[in-house]
Amino acid sequence: MKAKRILALTIASAMAVSLLAGCGSTSSTSTGDSSTSTTTKETSDTPAAAGEVYYLNFKPEQDKDWQALAATYTEQTGVPVTVVTAAQGQYETQLMSEMAKSDAPTLFQVNGPVGLANWKDYCYDLSGTELYSHLTSDSFALKDGDTVPAIAYVIETYGIIYNKALLQKAGYSAEDITNFESLKKVADDIQARKDELGVKGAFTSAGMDSSSDWRFKTHLANLPIYYEYKADGITSTDAIKGTYLDNYKQIFDLYITDSTCEPTLLASKTANDATAEFVNGEAVFYQNGTWEYNNISSIGDENLGMLPIYIGAEGEENQGLCTGSENYWCVNKNASEEDIQATIDFLTWVITSDEGRKSMSQDMGFVTPFDTFTGEYAASNPLLEDADAYIAAGKTPVDWCFSTMPSENWKNGVGSALTAYAAGTGTWDDVVTAFVDGWATEYQLANG
Amino acid sequence: MQKAIKKYWPVFVLPTLAAFIIGFIWPFLWGIYLSFCQFTTVQDVTFVGLSNYAKIWIDDTFTHAFFFTAAFTVVSVVLINAFGFGLALLLTRKLRGTNIFRTVFFMPNLIGGIVLGYIWKTLLDGVLTLLSKPLLSLDATYGFWGLIILMCWQQIGYMMIIYIAGLQNVPLDLIEAARIDGASNGQILFRVKIPMVMPSFTICLFLTLTNSFKLFDQNLSLTAGEPAKASQMLALNIYDTFYARSGAQWKGIGQAKAVVFFLLVVVIALVQLRFTRSKEVQQ
Repeated sequence: MKAKRILALTIASAMAVSLLAGCGSTSSTSTGDSSTSTTTKETSDTPAAAGEVYYLNFKPEQDKDWQALAATYTEQTGVPVTVVTAAQGQYETQLMSEMAKSDAPTLFQVNGPVGLANWKDYCYDLSGTELYSHLTSDSFALKDGDTVPAIAYVIETYGIIYNKALLQKAGYSAEDITNFESLKKVADDIQARKDELGVKGAFTSAGMDSSSDWRFKTHLANLPIYYEYKADGITSTDAIKGTYLDNYKQIFDLYITDSTCEPTLLASKTANDATAEFVNGEAVFYQNGTWEYNNISSIGDENLGMLPIYIGAEGEENQGLCTGSENYWCVNKNASEEDIQATIDFLTWVITSDEGRKSMSQDMGFVTPFDTFTGEYAASNPLLEDADAYIAAGKTPVDWCFSTMPSENWKNGVGSALTAYAAGTGTWDDVVTAFVDGWATEYQLANG
Repeated sequence: MQKAIKKYWPVFVLPTLAAFIIGFIWPFLWGIYLSFCQFTTVQDVTFVGLSNYAKIWIDDTFTHAFFFTAAFTVVSVVLINAFGFGLALLLTRKLRGTNIFRTVFFMPNLIGGIVLGYIWKTLLDGVLTLLSKPLLSLDATYGFWGLIILMCWQQIGYMMIIYIAGLQNVPLDLIEAARIDGASNGQILFRVKIPMVMPSFTICLFLTLTNSFKLFDQNLSLTAGEPAKASQMLALNIYDTFYARSGAQWKGIGQAKAVVFFLLVVVIALVQLRFTRSKEVQQ
């Protein structure tokens, strides 16, 4: 009888222990389940320095580079750095759950003023840091009164990427395209002679799948917003007027008519489809940005160039590429003091040390807004060179006004309307409604 | 042994009970409390009273999602159970290869909803392209029937297994007696078999009803609520409220919707259970 009792107790306690162990291990592995990365938490022999860094990274493309950089830093200083990358499109979701944990990220990202609105109570004031002092311009920091809750760490540029060789084969060069009319003329001509030129269309498919629709509902929509802000002399608004929506229609029509596929099929086309078409030389133009370089570099540096997105607004001959940032670093105010200090030290190291600068500029290919990235640490690829060339030629870069769009829901509304319009199941009026009325409603709902 | 269990029951019950409280009861109560709060992360909340509930109907998406879900539930419950029971009847006859058929019909149930959604999206879009009709994400009607097809394909096999188990439990002597009394096949089915498998109907109706009402993965991956939320179901609507809006108040509103949603599911499930239970007969 006694033996049975002991047996029962042993089994029960074993169950209880394994249960607890189960809990323990889930908390340490759960960071990996919805993200694309692994952690590089160090349990090294080096004396544990005060504080740890936990970075919740937004950009899956650069995950490996961040992991490597974190490992280097840990090796040099003994400060553990964990980098976790959220899966594409899941950043807010993951940030929300991570921030609720006791082991919350010490370093996270917001995408601009609208993103900051959600998180500003969690942002440490960076105004006195070395990081802030290295910014080349104040416009790369987000400000809340006198405090600096977020600092941009990468400047990106988008426009219409084109295949120089194919454009030449068609008998044109980038100089021929200086406004919407000339862009349309060239595109229509290429589309008309597509068999002769061996392409499937002038533009890659304007895919409206969720992997690709941000190119139109966010990035392309930036242009009518930019021109409206410029005309009205404002930087944000609670109700957009839609002055330049006809221009938005023009350029979108051009994308879907002079395209590699029927507009009815766009709803299911993905970002990979468009990239593949461009890389395989099936299309000449591809609206995308500098971040896409690694995916399309296989067609050869000498063949890559970027044009401004012309929409037919007045004075657009002087318009440059769209340059801005939607990646801002924020330091978690609620982290312990040691962790905050460790995080700021890590960031300072990233932008001042040789390893950090090399990784940021060459491995990740970032153009940064910091004055420490000069000489050999200036990132370089044909797309970036084009971006610089337009600025050098005195063209005005287009700001990223899309960070003032009222909500994700607004973008989705415009995206759905555009998809339906492209397929012919909806009208352009629906797009206008989603754009103008949707803006007012969403702004009201977000700030009311 | 009996004595030992009597004496040591807390040792056996407590671990599971603790897990249940930590993993279910506590989050559930906290979730209800959150629906009265404004919050960005679930630890850091401000109590705002009933205002979240008042804002549920601030736009008509929740109502629309409710009716879409209700329509979907009615159609899918009828179809899944009709086909499931039909297949069960066929596969309880002494046909050749019964086991193979049972396995084949059951298999789709083993694949996860998200994966199924994407596979069917590709398939259905392919068919719609050939017919030169608008794709799934462009037309809510196609989206609706796409979801129905997907759910039928996935669930029929599972319900079929439950019905087969029920049918195999119908005593053969009852059927034989009915046949001797001159009952036709139809009479045997409706007067003997169906009343005898009523418990299976209870469980199958319960499963399909709640599954359809709570459907999320398949909705997300097949249509993602397109076009313009027209094919959005309740669970996806709640998710959308939570994540696609900016401004701190939306999390609370999403949570309030989730509580309303929970109550809806409970009420519907209880009504259904009561109704079908009353039809069950004692063997």
